[in-house]
Amino acid sequence: MQVQSMHFKARSGQKLADVRLQQNLKILSQRWTVGRTQAIAELDDFEGTRDEAVARRNRALANLDVWLERFEQAASARGTKVLWAETPEEASRLVVEIARRHGVRKVTKSKSMVSEEMALNRHFEAAGVQVVETDLGEYILQINDNEPPSHIVAPVVHKSKDEVSDLFARVHQRPRLTDIPQMTREAREFLRPHFLSADMGVSGGNFIIAETGSVAVFTNEGNEGLCTVLPPKVHVAVTGIEKVLPTLEDLATVARLLPRSATGQSISNYFSILTGPRAPGEQDGPEHMYVVLVDGGRTGLLGGEFQDMLRCIRCGACMNHCPVYQKIGGHTYGWVYPGPMGSVLTPAYQGIEKALDLPQAATMCGECHVVCPMKIPLPDLLRKLRERQLDRGLRPWRERAGLALWGFAAHRPALYRPLTRMASRVLRWIGGDAGRIRSLPMSAGWSEFRDMPAPTGPTFKERWARRPR
Amino acid sequence: MRVALFITCLVDVMRPEIAESSVKLLESAGCTVEVPMSQTCCGQPGFNSGDTATARDLARKFLAEFEHFEYVVTPSGSCGGMIRHHYPRLFADDPDLLNRIDALAARTWELTAFLHDVLKLRALPGRFCGEVTYHDSCSGLRELGVQAQPRALLALNPEIRLTEMKDARACCGFGGTFSVKYGNISSAIVDEKIERIHASGAPCVVLGDLGCMLNIEGRLRRTGDTTTRVLHVAQVLAGDVPAQEA
Repeated sequence: MQVQSMHFKARSGQKLADVRLQQNLKILSQRWTVGRTQAIAELDDFEGTRDEAVARRNRALANLDVWLERFEQAASARGTKVLWAETPEEASRLVVEIARRHGVRKVTKSKSMVSEEMALNRHFEAAGVQVVETDLGEYILQINDNEPPSHIVAPVVHKSKDEVSDLFARVHQRPRLTDIPQMTREAREFLRPHFLSADMGVSGGNFIIAETGSVAVFTNEGNEGLCTVLPPKVHVAVTGIEKVLPTLEDLATVARLLPRSATGQSISNYFSILTGPRAPGEQDGPEHMYVVLVDGGRTGLLGGEFQDMLRCIRCGACMNHCPVYQKIGGHTYGWVYPGPMGSVLTPAYQGIEKALDLPQAATMCGECHVVCPMKIPLPDLLRKLRERQLDRGLRPWRERAGLALWGFAAHRPALYRPLTRMASRVLRWIGGDAGRIRSLPMSAGWSEFRDMPAPTGPTFKERWARRPR
Repeated sequence: MRVALFITCLVDVMRPEIAESSVKLLESAGCTVEVPMSQTCCGQPGFNSGDTATARDLARKFLAEFEHFEYVVTPSGSCGGMIRHHYPRLFADDPDLLNRIDALAARTWELTAFLHDVLKLRALPGRFCGEVTYHDSCSGLRELGVQAQPRALLALNPEIRLTEMKDARACCGFGGTFSVKYGNISSAIVDEKIERIHASGAPCVVLGDLGCMLNIEGRLRRTGDTTTRVLHVAQVLAGDVPAQEA
């Protein structure tokens, strides 16, 4: 997927002015923050579980190469073919090649964010293979001219029910429905024939398990089973190399946190552990199973100051709780991953210079770090990206000059005191009787939207110096 | 008890009366307050803009100015968070300095946490009467755990009625330079905060950080609300609240 993050400012303006989007986002942020709070309260020891999960993810990342090789051995032993891709494009080529080899004409697809990194649907279409998204949210986006997802768990969260009603009526050529169960039934009617006629199913993989060679998938709609187990000859799972867990025990620990943090569910409606193709005597499963493991910039984070980011389990809690995401939605971020985790991943995977706004467009309120089940210090990582931007001369000259002036003055108390005295006087004079400044030429971004309350009197240091002792 | 006041750059210039209220509160509890006059800024603007070198230099300056005091108290959660939470990380590679920074960080307190947790304040030096709602500033809340202390202190005055707003812990949208770089997003966030302040019915919002204060007050006034008051918790606790103008 092409990075569009350079248009952040223009897009955020459009999104803020979109009244319907603002209503949709408000509903989301309320529902999901409350849901998570209730769901984690069910755990006897949420903090303990979290510490344990963090330790287990760290253990996997500390010897990532070893666990990945162990996964490959175990998966191969069960008949799964494991393929490695250095870039998302290479991963797409590998998947399309698999489709060619098996004479595939139609692919059903379960939700996968890594496949968005790969722009897999575009590659399938270019190769003449029909691809059908079967997750309801992804299906809605696909029939709406391949719109990109705006959230990693709820891809269509930016749309209201009314917008989907209009879309279904137009695309399905049926009478407009407004009842959600009826709308869902209609989508199922359209999807079912595809499930039955597809030759290949593509899924993501929330985790891969080294000891068993399995792929673990958490879903809510049951479409994943229809893509991977029931009819198709071939199942291909695509996921990032950082998703490996050494043992099923690790999976059990992380599974207690993922749905709770994501959707506020104790466990997702469906939870599959897929191990190898159908063996002789088995009732179901694909004839061929492949796992395509994508690097896509992940190894570049190993051993560096951004390694913590690789613990991410893609729950979306950081964006659900982010005051900025709640106002601008996911599309503004301009690539696959939005919100705080996306503001770290986009520059990390796509190049720091392609996403200059993302690390800056954060209030540093710290709520993302508080809710992250993997305790990823997102504000610290964003700050490190800001540091790199500055070090590489990627900030505007006015910002650099401002910082240099501030630093110069803050070091020199003999200069700083008269400067602040003067600033106080000037600001009070501009503020006038109302005590409010309506226009700040140097900080138009502030004064376009807010007054600046003027100083209320001489500086405290002036007063303190005059205080009788 | 000898306590040094770290005024903070914004309080010094924009709301000097908050430092006076802080001194009044500390002195009423028996502290001897000193104000090192060479103090400037904790380094937060540079730190959050990625200028770590300048932040480190200012941290060293802060250390030289405040190291010899028993306690350092500051009427700001974010400056307190900078010193207690971030300073030690800036010197992870310098064990000697880190020891001294750690020791000073542990003796540096946000005002309400100091009054409540260290001084165990039982009575307030001034009077304030009325209904207020409290906004939790992000750094104070999430870096220092300041949440119960200001509320417990407000409760010492039976004439203060605290009505909680919905999501008091939600960010007001200030975020330092964020409020200037992305003024439109910032003001959309503060609008939601203002909505909740209004919905609480309290005519006055009390908080513990200057950034939030200027942001909320600035947006209130710009949108035509000239009556909702925005006060620092030190002013309310000290009873230093001027009568409202008509």
